[in-house]
Amino acid sequence: MQTFSAFSLIRRAFGGHAGWQPQWRAPEPKAAYDAVIIGGGGHGLGTAYYLASEHGIRNIAVLERGWIGGGNTGRNTTIIRSNYLFDESAALYDHAVKLWEGLSRELNYNVMYSPRGVMMLAHTVHDEQVFKRHVHANRANGVDNEWLTPQQAKEFCPPLNISPQLRYPVLGAALQRRGGTARHDAVAWGYARAADALGVDIIQNCEVTAIRRGFDGAVEAVETTRGTIRTKKIGVVTAGHTSVVMAMAGLRVPLESFPLQALVSEPVKPVFPCVVMSNTVHAYISQSDKGELVIGAGTDAFVSYSQRGGLHVPAHTLDAICELFPMFRRMRMLRNWGGIVDTTPDRSPIIARTPVPGLYVNCGWGTGGFKATPGSAHVFAWTMARDEPHRINAPFTLERFRDGKLIDEAAAAAVAH
Amino acid sequence: MLLIDCPYCGQRPEIEFAYGGEAHLARPPDPSALSDEQWAEYLYMRSNPKGRHAERWRHVHGCGRFFNAVRDTVSDFFVTTYKVGAARPDAAAMPKAAE
Repeated sequence: MQTFSAFSLIRRAFGGHAGWQPQWRAPEPKAAYDAVIIGGGGHGLGTAYYLASEHGIRNIAVLERGWIGGGNTGRNTTIIRSNYLFDESAALYDHAVKLWEGLSRELNYNVMYSPRGVMMLAHTVHDEQVFKRHVHANRANGVDNEWLTPQQAKEFCPPLNISPQLRYPVLGAALQRRGGTARHDAVAWGYARAADALGVDIIQNCEVTAIRRGFDGAVEAVETTRGTIRTKKIGVVTAGHTSVVMAMAGLRVPLESFPLQALVSEPVKPVFPCVVMSNTVHAYISQSDKGELVIGAGTDAFVSYSQRGGLHVPAHTLDAICELFPMFRRMRMLRNWGGIVDTTPDRSPIIARTPVPGLYVNCGWGTGGFKATPGSAHVFAWTMARDEPHRINAPFTLERFRDGKLIDEAAAAAVAH
Repeated sequence: MLLIDCPYCGQRPEIEFAYGGEAHLARPPDPSALSDEQWAEYLYMRSNPKGRHAERWRHVHGCGRFFNAVRDTVSDFFVTTYKVGAARPDAAAMPKAAE
């Protein structure tokens, strides 16, 4: 692997940047691997990286139907935060934030983690009470979160309209200063490059068509569009398609897949200093380093794999954006897309072993999986390597639905689902 | 926006309707007789297919009535709609999406 440094950049610049090698190989699939990861997004590539770097399992393939980072990793609004209500969630998401803080250095790849602050707006008395409860719960868990008055919110984010004349006036905000954004593509590429350097085979354009199980029920191979691959351990990290892949192993999962939409504006000069989210009027917005406003809209109400969604969903979000930030009323939107998110009944993920020996699943991230990428991958690699959960993901089992031990972030999450 | 054919009112735009989740999930007549697995299956497990999906809709801003639909979850094409109480139509006999 060619390492990146100021020195190497300058040296290559003098050579016209001609000497750069591809950042990962394009290997042919081998007949067998110690572990196979299905899904080449951030969570899957990260899992392969941590399996190789922390658990010494290097004979791994990551199978990706399309191209790496082309699913929800490339479709989200890149928001990072850990101000979740419950202890289990706070531990999981804050584990991720701590890894984000050192990720660029660890991977020798600039993932552009930018802790610019995530501000969540309260518009009703109920919002205010809920967010203050969050602030206290977060502080008790060692997660930073603070309450701002409307004036303080305006100081932190000058474009914000705090006029009492708004249909839903801003009554205050909860601010997590360590929250922020990262560059989503760089996360996939950084993990891919680092995993490849440790010997992981990243196999793109390779769709899994079946999971083969032996007489004892354990997994023994995956059938793919590029041939059969034998393995004793399979990690399914396929987001919106998890139900489809798990059905190949004969398992039903408590998931429903919905299109979640996002859109970006034309690029403009830096005008927006932080991330702002609003549950009640349903909008979230930040500005990318390219200058585009990155705006998150809602999900369609119905199960779909269409990666599009109805136009009235982002239109509703833009209504809210224009009300909260009047200076954006004449901005043009450039692109609008959907990603298929897999939601669980309690809106918390499943990172766990399954009833099928050798089959592991990391799914159910719903509308907010990007923020957890490093933490999710880290504990999932642990679970796959040791065949037991890390203490952080121990509560996030499949069996919690049977046992009634839900981690009910449905009402606690920042955005309506 | 989708056009949905309410069996009572005819074609109307999607925003007049509320989605009601997967269809034909009958509440068990005696929940206390079920095991935890069976109860979790009823409460939480969903077929979530990539393809034809039988689902409930309610025409909240119209007649207010529930009905069922079969929709292709890849194209969002509504294959058919039918009244509550009718059996799920035979998928093979239904039209394909007009691409």
